[in-house]
Formats: sequence, structure tokens, C-alpha cells
Amino acid sequence: MQVTMTVNDVEVTREIEGRLLLVHFLRDTLGLTGTHWGCDTSNCGTCVVWLDGEPVKSCTVLAAMAGGHEVRTVEGLAKGAELDPIQEGFRQCHGLQCGFCTPGMMMTCRALLDKNPDPTDAEIREAISGQICRCTGYSTIIRSVRWASVHEAAAAEKQEEVAQA
Amino acid sequence: MQVPAPFEYERATTVDHAIGLLERLGSSARLVAGGHSLLPMMKLRLANFEYLIDINPLHEELGYIKTSSDEVRIGALTRHRELLESDALAAAFPIFRDAERVIADPIVRNRGTLGGSLCQADPSEDLSAVCTTLDASCVIRGPGGAERVVSMEDFHVGPYETAVGDDEMLTEIRIPLRPGGGSAYEKVERRAGDWAVVSAGAAVWLAADGTIDDARVGLAAAGPNTTGIPEISAALTGHAPAEELYEQAGAIAARSCDPATDQRGSAEYKRHLANELTRRTLRRAVERARS
Repeated sequence: MQVTMTVNDVEVTREIEGRLLLVHFLRDTLGLTGTHWGCDTSNCGTCVVWLDGEPVKSCTVLAAMAGGHEVRTVEGLAKGAELDPIQEGFRQCHGLQCGFCTPGMMMTCRALLDKNPDPTDAEIREAISGQICRCTGYSTIIRSVRWASVHEAAAAEKQEEVAQA
Repeated sequence: MQVPAPFEYERATTVDHAIGLLERLGSSARLVAGGHSLLPMMKLRLANFEYLIDINPLHEELGYIKTSSDEVRIGALTRHRELLESDALAAAFPIFRDAERVIADPIVRNRGTLGGSLCQADPSEDLSAVCTTLDASCVIRGPGGAERVVSMEDFHVGPYETAVGDDEMLTEIRIPLRPGGGSAYEKVERRAGDWAVVSAGAAVWLAADGTIDDARVGLAAAGPNTTGIPEISAALTGHAPAEELYEQAGAIAARSCDPATDQRGSAEYKRHLANELTRRTLRRAVERARS
């Protein structure tokens, strides 16, 4: 069957099998290996991507289901050479060690900040409760999200000052 | 790599289109909504279908929560996240928000649906226990637009088995709204997002004089289904809410459930939980009914 979807703002059309999972479509068909493939059972969350702006576990979504919809992956976070504040936060605060869970974590945390720009630690923990990190003990991930939250707020304030001046 | 066996993917455009496809394809076809139960089962070859009919495009038609004076109607494709975030639903039946907070995880809740949860008919599934507790009924649509309404008791035929026929589809859940009501849900799980070791839901309706007009308790993961416990309703009705009454109800719950020893706990521990969680949820349901 043929499927057409938008991935990171680019429309793609491919011939696929009905049973192809979205994670494998992204990695193997499109070569977007930033999305990781982990437990296969929607437990670990490393395969999280956005489907129409909502985080989903792409090991448990058929590629065909994404037909006609918008998908965003970790490759679509940065704006050119400029890292998204979430990515910069993970870099600054040691939000990763081995990096396996990182793409899924960042997609979930970006979606969290879009809805809730100033989350509490408990809200961050709840947001990533469906994702597993075996290196950081989660504390540095939470710190990374706080970093992004604070820096985004500061950047927005500065922009407002410039606008007023 | 776990992938399902080959199947043909079909996409439904309306409810009647989906039913038309089911009529034509029979038992070789299955509807898929959130897919977070069906796809893992297909990966493990516990389920195999020649056709999957994707009903996610029907979300606009079947994703809703409508409240009237005597009933709440919820479309079968309403997602867990929508049930969790609905203030109207939390006001009418706080049990939904209690349960949704501990069903799977936030990412899975973005996909999973009420109808899919009920149709999976897993004895450990929390929304089945919630709907049983609230005495919900299920609207099943078949060929030619024919609709029938069945109680939760009749809907769940057995583990993983429902009253929905091969050419039918669950479209709506209806929950009666009665005055003086309060409800609550409690789940014990080994880790965030896991299936319940045991869950309990309770709903009470208080009369004007403060006595219990009606009460219902539903358990999950404590037997082959999530049906209610009529003996508890009988024991509580007509009495003033009191700690001794909750103890009595807890004892009935422990006695009437039928849990199995597995990796989540011993049958004995699960009976203990059925007792304790029944008491806690009844206590909270009464507090909420009074406030």
C-alpha cells in the first residue's frame, strides 16, 4: 500500500506493508535513525515521536495510521544549527549518559513545555513516567527540563523588553 | 524485532463504513483504535487477523463526552487523555480521573480509547471496573444502523470476550447520572504504568437523610472478569455510612473475588487488597457524595 505523511515538515510518500510499524518506517524506510527502537512493547518510550503534535510510542503505531498526518522526530527539534532549549538543557545538565532514551525523552519533554512552560518536578516526573532511563537516575533529566524552562522564560522576557523598547 | 504477521490495512471513514467492512470481511477482520493492546498481541501471535480496520479517523464522530441532566454519554473513541482532562466528567464521576491518573502512562494515554479498553475485556483493565462500578451500558451498532444497548454485565462475556458480534461495533458508553452520588478509584501497582495488582472502584448515592440509597463496588485483576458485587450493594443500601459498614463491604469483596497467584502477588495478598481498597474507595466516595 502507499502512504503519504509529513515528517519534520517534509511530505513523504512510500510503498509499505500494512504491518510496518511507524518506528521502522522512520528508521529503515526514511533513514531517520534519531528515533530509537527499544522494547517493542510500548514500555520503554525511547521510540516516542509526535503524531499531530502529541507524543506517541512509535513501536505501537502503524506507519499506515500516520498516513495524512504530521510526524515530528528528534531530527525536527533543532532550528537549523540552533538547538532547541530542551536539547541544550540535556547538554548543559548531563541529561544523558549513553543516550539511548534521549530522543524519546526530549520529544516528551518538549511537548510538556509547550503545554506547561513552568512544570514542577513532580509534573516532569509524571510526564516521563512511561519512559525508562538506565543511566541518569532521572534527576539530571529533570534538571535539564528545568534548565530549558528557565531559559525559555528568560528569552521570552528579553524579547518582550526588546519589543517594548 | 517484533512485528505483526502480514495483514491488509483498511481505513474506515464513517461508523457505517467500518461496519460495512466488518460485514464483508467477517471474523478475519478486526477494528483497531489506539492499538496498544491489539498490536502487542499481534506481535506475539496471540491474535492474528487478515484485515485491520483503522477507526482512528472516526475520532471526530466518536470522541466526545456529553453530559445531560440524567446521563453522561461517552463516545467509544474518546481517548484516555481526554477522559483524564475532562472537568465535566471529573465533576460527575471523579472515579474516572482517579483511574485515568494510573492507567498506563501519559504517552499511551494519548492513544488508548475507552471503547478499545472495554472491548479488550482484560480482567485487569481499569476502565472496565470503572464502568461496572457506575452501572454503565454499552451501545453496540450493527449492519443497517441497528443499535442495541447492553449492560456491562452482559457486555463482558468472559476474559477477552465481549457481546460485540463480528459485524458490530461498540460506539458509545452511557452512564446514568443520579443525585447524591460520589465515586472513587484506587489501584495498587508494582511500578508506574503497570497493570493492577488489584484495583477497586466504588460509587455511592446518598438519600436526602444521608443514608445510602445505593452503592456499587467493582474490582479489577481479582478474578476472571470485572463484574460488580451485588452482595455489597445489598449490605450497604438503607444504612447510614459508617466505618463498620465499609469493613463489612471489604470483607465481602475479599470473600467474593477470585484472584490467582501470579508474578504480581499471591491470591491471599490480592484478597487483602480487595478488602482494603474497597474500604478506602467507599470511604472516599461517601466523602465526595457529601461535599
